[in-house]
Amino acid sequence: MRIGVTVFPGSNCDRDALHAVELMGADAVELWHGDADLKDVDAVIVPGGFSYGDYLRPGAIARFAEVMAPLEDFARSGGPVLGVCNGFQVLTEAHLLPGALLRNISTKFICDRVRVRVESVETPWTAGCEVGEELTLPVAHNEGNYFADAATLARLEDEERVVLRYLENPNGSANDIAGVCSEGRNVVGIMPHPERVSDPALGSDAGLRILRSVLVGAGV
Amino acid sequence: MADSLKIRVLVRPKEGILDPQGEAVRSALPALGFGGVRTVHIGRLIELEVESADEVDAMCRRLLSNPTIEEYEWEVVS
Repeated sequence: MRIGVTVFPGSNCDRDALHAVELMGADAVELWHGDADLKDVDAVIVPGGFSYGDYLRPGAIARFAEVMAPLEDFARSGGPVLGVCNGFQVLTEAHLLPGALLRNISTKFICDRVRVRVESVETPWTAGCEVGEELTLPVAHNEGNYFADAATLARLEDEERVVLRYLENPNGSANDIAGVCSEGRNVVGIMPHPERVSDPALGSDAGLRILRSVLVGAGV
Repeated sequence: MADSLKIRVLVRPKEGILDPQGEAVRSALPALGFGGVRTVHIGRLIELEVESADEVDAMCRRLLSNPTIEEYEWEVVS
């Protein structure tokens, strides 16, 4: 399986994500922001960082990078896409996921480990987990406060599209939401960083529970 | 060279959307002795020079603001 990782100016978790993909036994493929195609990958990770310096709004400029056009086609045709942290912000700006990520309620950057509960395994990025499973994952963000209007939140809950939920809400997110999926369930955005805990040398490989799921879904 | 128009775009959080920056500033003002400040909302001022104002509204909708969380208004300044 070939898994692409997008690289924007200011991405800073792309290397970690590529390393995690290699540990999973998949082929890691860099997708440069100026690339016009996705190099035949089977799944895409949009990593964290501060794409384009977070200018204007986090993700607002990256959303119009050249690589986003084929990525949007890929996502809309059912391809598995995972946005992590800034990647989640990019996917909401691109309207591939509902809602937006507001400034943390504390107004402070949060760098911590948090416990989250897997709420849905009906996505390519949680198919290898169990419903109710608890994971400890790193977060590092200034805008992680998930917002959607009341009707959208109700719909997300009804359709079981909340993928991860914080056990202790660190940032003010509506309904303790740490991750959501698209209507087609193939696009997932999460604030925690699974790629930063994907190697026992980093103290934990809990993140592989999420990342490896995409192999389960593909029957690898 | 074509004449250019100066456009001023104001983007701010929609009413009811949490504005932690505004709240932090509101709570800081009394510390400097400024009393009676009930609310502070922080937005963004964007100045453009354009050849035509025809597409300014589309620019606001597609990039300059995020309609999920922000509202905008714009005017031709000169």
